[in-house]
Amino acid sequence: MSQQPTKIEHQVIMNWIEQAASVLDLGCGDGELLTRLIEEKQVRAQGIEISEQSIHRCVAQGLSVFQEDIDTGLAEYADKSFDYVILNQTFQQVKKPDFVLEEALRVGKKTIVGFPNFVHYKARFQLFFRGKVPVTPSLPYEWYDTPNLHFLSIADFREYCKKRDITIEQSAFVAKNKKIRLLPNLLAEIGLFLLTK
Amino acid sequence: MLEKPLETAETKYFTFAHPPDDLKLEYGEKLGPITLAYETYGELNQQKSNAILVAHALSGDAHAAGFRKGDVTPGWWDNLIGPGKGIDTNKYFVICSNVIGGCRGSTGPSSLNPKTMQPYGLDFPIITIGDMVNAQRHLIDHLGIERLLTVIGGSMGGMQVLQWMVSYPDRIRSAIPIATTMKHTPQQIAFNEVGRQAIMADPNWKKGRYYGSAAPAKGLAVARMIGHITYMSDVSMAKKFGRKIRTEKEPRKFGAEFEVEGYLHYRGDNFVQRFDANSYLYITKAIDYFNILNGTNLSDIFKDLKAKVLVIAFKSDWLYPAYQSQEIVKACKLAGVDATYCEINSTYGHDAFLLEIEEEADLIEHFLSTVSNGNRNGG
Repeated sequence: MSQQPTKIEHQVIMNWIEQAASVLDLGCGDGELLTRLIEEKQVRAQGIEISEQSIHRCVAQGLSVFQEDIDTGLAEYADKSFDYVILNQTFQQVKKPDFVLEEALRVGKKTIVGFPNFVHYKARFQLFFRGKVPVTPSLPYEWYDTPNLHFLSIADFREYCKKRDITIEQSAFVAKNKKIRLLPNLLAEIGLFLLTK
Repeated sequence: MLEKPLETAETKYFTFAHPPDDLKLEYGEKLGPITLAYETYGELNQQKSNAILVAHALSGDAHAAGFRKGDVTPGWWDNLIGPGKGIDTNKYFVICSNVIGGCRGSTGPSSLNPKTMQPYGLDFPIITIGDMVNAQRHLIDHLGIERLLTVIGGSMGGMQVLQWMVSYPDRIRSAIPIATTMKHTPQQIAFNEVGRQAIMADPNWKKGRYYGSAAPAKGLAVARMIGHITYMSDVSMAKKFGRKIRTEKEPRKFGAEFEVEGYLHYRGDNFVQRFDANSYLYITKAIDYFNILNGTNLSDIFKDLKAKVLVIAFKSDWLYPAYQSQEIVKACKLAGVDATYCEINSTYGHDAFLLEIEEEADLIEHFLSTVSNGNRNGG
């Protein structure tokens, strides 16, 4: 489900997660991040992923995964039953991001969200000067075959968190596989947030 | 010329519950002595930590893999179990036993009742999935195995797996229920009831006292035909048979014209050669009675379970639809059980657990190596 995540994104997430924590990765793909988290942080990991092919790859790595649609919610999990819930590159791909994030915040003591910034300057350029829907390194898909259902900016997300009383504990921004600090809404390809509610 | 298959399997027998130590059955009656037919493949290691129990489905038996003396076809799960296969007998010690109530070497309604020296027939007590598993536990004790590496099975075999998870959670390190359910639904009971009625409507059935005379073969064959319809899918039947017509030497009115009719007849007739009609009644009833929850909340059913669980369902299975496996997954989540769920894309219907082997074997092989190498998942 997730597009090719850059290593620096994983590094940011790794740094935010504490040793031996419990982690639920929503849309865990082939389990690359969870595998690193188990090896380097000794976490107790659970993945949820919709693709059967990815489930096979996860099981081959010894991961515990459920083949499920995260849009249907996390009803069986009690409040705050995981230390961290991760929504990396899946947030913009679910049908109901509002509901899914609410569920993640309910189930996780902390929630990590990562998504492509739709208003990165390259995207703005393509939109404004070429009059075309942008195709960039963090938004690599053509309009007719993109898994991304929602397009948002870092500014949009911040505003959304404020409206929903979600606290942004930490944030990080990535461009060209490097962390950046300056003008993230213009220069960042990817935004990452550590949230609590 | 076919090469003569290597003889790799042998059915063994274990008898226990000699009176007065009869096995107490779930519904209050007693049964003893009890014989279990079983086979083993591979070697039990010194720590006795590599044992896998395979539980068979309604019509299965102890002969899960390999060839016994004189066999022309291998055991019923031979494509999964063997050297280098999904369940690798070079690594694991695999046990499969015929259920009690069965007719393939274990004590069932066709066995001699020691009190009358006649076959039990309907004097055989009602048995449950719980009783089958209790008997298996005696076999595992007899083999000196404290904890199974895993218990695995599909369909009714999956029910036995769930029963192990609930009755003997400390005796298993992992569990693999496949294409199964926590309780039989009205639709599932209904199909079984039609099968039972077909048997009991056969004049040869004679209230179960047909041993020594003609068996209710027609009734049992019809029961098996209904079963087979529910094991396939619309798509798999269309692929396999289409509307193809068979060419018969002497066509009869209402003969088996369509390929699918011929297939069902063949399956039915084949089945009566190896299966006892009374066993069919007893075992389908055990399946229908199965309700692992039995008044317990979904959130409490696996609360004592430390084992790791792999739940597998198949997309085209309409007899045991995926939502029933998802219920098992739900219960695992509620109890915080370390679990994995995969819904394999297959067109074979319920039969997929015996046929869609490549995907299934891939999951099982990796899951087993994770469990036997010590769960790498932290916590």
